[in-house]
Amino acid sequence: MRSSALRHIRTVFAVFVLLIFVYLFIDYRGTLGEKAFGPILYLQFAPSLLKFVIAGVAAATGFIVIIILTLITGRTYCSFLCPLGILQDVFSRMGGLIKRRFRRYGYKKPYTWLRYFILVLTAGILVLGGVYVLTILDPYSIFGRFMTYFGQPVVLLINNLLATLLGKFDIYALYRIDIVPYELAAYFIPVAFLFLVGFLSFRYGRLYCNTVCPVGTFLGLLSKLSIFRIRFEEEKCTRCGRCAMACKSSCIDFLNKHIDVSRCVNCFNCLDSCSENAMSYGPVRLRRSTKKEETDPSRRNFITGSIVLLTGASQLLRAQGDPPAPTKESTVREDRLYPVSPPGSVSIESYISRCTACSLCIIECPTHVLQPSVSEYGFASIMQPRMDFHRGFCNYDCNRCTDVCPTGAIMPLMIEAKKLTQLGKAVFIKENCIVHTEKTACGACSEHCPTKACHMVPYEGKLLIPEVRDEICIGCGACEYACPTKPYKAIFVDGNPVHEAALKPETEELEATPDEFPF
Amino acid sequence: MKRRKFLRSSLGAGMAAGAMMSFGRYEKLFAGKPMPSGANYDLVAVMGGEPAAMFDLGIQAMGGMGTFVGKGQKVLVKPNIGWDVVPDKGANTNPALVKRVIEHCFRAGAKEVYVFDNTCDNWIKCYKNSGIEQTVKDAGAKMVPSGSESYYQEVTIPNGKKLTKTKVHELVLSSDVFINVPILKHHSSARMTGALKNMMGVVWDRGYWHRNNLNQCIADYTLFDKKPALNIMDAYNVMMRNGPRGVSVGDLSNMKSLMISTDWVAIDAAGAKMMGKEPSSIEHIALAAAMGAGKMDLSSMNIHRMKM
Repeated sequence: MRSSALRHIRTVFAVFVLLIFVYLFIDYRGTLGEKAFGPILYLQFAPSLLKFVIAGVAAATGFIVIIILTLITGRTYCSFLCPLGILQDVFSRMGGLIKRRFRRYGYKKPYTWLRYFILVLTAGILVLGGVYVLTILDPYSIFGRFMTYFGQPVVLLINNLLATLLGKFDIYALYRIDIVPYELAAYFIPVAFLFLVGFLSFRYGRLYCNTVCPVGTFLGLLSKLSIFRIRFEEEKCTRCGRCAMACKSSCIDFLNKHIDVSRCVNCFNCLDSCSENAMSYGPVRLRRSTKKEETDPSRRNFITGSIVLLTGASQLLRAQGDPPAPTKESTVREDRLYPVSPPGSVSIESYISRCTACSLCIIECPTHVLQPSVSEYGFASIMQPRMDFHRGFCNYDCNRCTDVCPTGAIMPLMIEAKKLTQLGKAVFIKENCIVHTEKTACGACSEHCPTKACHMVPYEGKLLIPEVRDEICIGCGACEYACPTKPYKAIFVDGNPVHEAALKPETEELEATPDEFPF
Repeated sequence: MKRRKFLRSSLGAGMAAGAMMSFGRYEKLFAGKPMPSGANYDLVAVMGGEPAAMFDLGIQAMGGMGTFVGKGQKVLVKPNIGWDVVPDKGANTNPALVKRVIEHCFRAGAKEVYVFDNTCDNWIKCYKNSGIEQTVKDAGAKMVPSGSESYYQEVTIPNGKKLTKTKVHELVLSSDVFINVPILKHHSSARMTGALKNMMGVVWDRGYWHRNNLNQCIADYTLFDKKPALNIMDAYNVMMRNGPRGVSVGDLSNMKSLMISTDWVAIDAAGAKMMGKEPSSIEHIALAAAMGAGKMDLSSMNIHRMKM
């Protein structure tokens, strides 16, 4: 197909996809139904791959669809479906508005070594050690973090202004939400990538996608086999070079009439730019290549070498990535031996090996108990969400996070099963408790406990003091959140490295209901 | 008190008669009996009906809602919506009762009725699953958000022993009439929750209360200017243990009762009795009574008891 139709189709489709993903991550009112997440996230390459291969979810076949799509059409994914890719196109357009020369790209040589090194590093660590590098580099997750860390606060700010304005007219359709930043250290990687991806796309089009992104590089390899490609009609081409100038991937070597298909993201801008109709998109014409591509022995050596190297490196990383081991006997301070991972994550080990920290669960969690971790799971797992009971507690009747996770790090958990899943156990520190220190009534912990695992027992005089029944505690953290003591809580939840089953609380018969007023 | 007296004298009888006529269903209950003589009762207690019907009856005995709500006034109705549970669990004020209270306010001429609670569970979920958000909207009142500290304004409580300042929801300050609609429940911290304890849902920082002698803070709050003009206690399904959240419906006693009083200490004393406890054994009730917030000696009160 020629003409500008393909480019227009791409633009409209991409804008539509971007809007969906932006909405997904700013939906602070939780308006999306639980069924919406699966289809929206199905085609995201890295999450689907993880869910299928590591979590073993047979239905997560989206990545296979993308592989087939790439083998047929090339890197269509990168321009049509990748939210980070589309976002970069928006940045590039903005760059062009500021300086027109930013949108005049021209052919450039690829950073072949770097891109394959990153791909091998990511894949090698994934196979041998864990998800850590993919967590940092998965484009969908990078986009998710941009929205979570930077997009959401802006949306909330606008919401709060509007809510205040409407409130003046006695309208409460919108409500104000306190904007509470995450832990500072968690911002490091998102901020660094905002600058990196932002600058590169602003100035150099899709340079990030063709140099750093492991998904882009992998799909680039596949697209070398693709059936449909951008083609030159040699007899029509006047070597004007407009196509190369329009190419965000800088992959059109118009002088040699060669397109580096591994970097082409099917944006179709070149088709539109060609005034001679000398470019088209269609099935590749089979013809014997005039010069056979030479194999580069040094490249092969390098790849082999990297794999060997990575085997060792990944083991090092893995050692760091293990959840912290018990180091002390319990003391007065909240000495958490293990962090608490979200319901449905089954165990800390499996959770941290699957989560790419896209942060969708952080956005969706109505109580904001899910917060990015810093060192709780080990530094290699930075940004992977943990349960922070100083900021919130897990709502008893909620399993939202288990509905939304695209990677299988948090597996679906029915609400009744969730209510009997023990994420951790509450630990009472009497020395910190108001009842003990102040000799006044408190019991905020027991008040909030949904199973009454934390219940009040007689203490001095008429006072009651909390006591925990481990077997019915589900580790929701309501007690820890509600505990008013500072700076250390008098009750906290110590995570279960492997989630356990809690018993159902039992109920006894009540005494007869009075049928006369007792006064 | 001036406003109440004025309303009572000018509107009381008329509004009571009006209310009477507007609830024809119950008219026959009073056939041949003299009209209740306005709000002379310290406490009105109704048993044996559905929450809304019991309220219809009870508020008549109190002289009708017009005794408390004047034309064109802004009314705040404050139920207990503390927990993300369905109405059958008895952890939140009965939504049908809240609805009927709002309807009476509008009939009495209220310009606007507002409802909110600073909940314990996530407020959006509480509003929804308690069924209260829906009935409030059905009744034409406004459900007001409570989940941001920016909705709360600092006020001082002169003479408070432990609680001398606290942040209260802006609606407490901006409304003309405050109607307190607690549900009677067991409470693990305060032993019982009713009208006095329900005030922990109008302040932002409950943790301060827990840190600084909970029962004294509950009593201290009664010194704050904006007191409820009316207290309506839902005792339809009374949580006898595992309160205030409840573990299962097995914790509930189906008492089918409702109490109304202008005295929040008296209504809590009656609530304590309903739960088989002596009012004086509930520390915050005893403290509030000692501070002069109301009376807890039920034997000396003019109580109107009704059964349906």
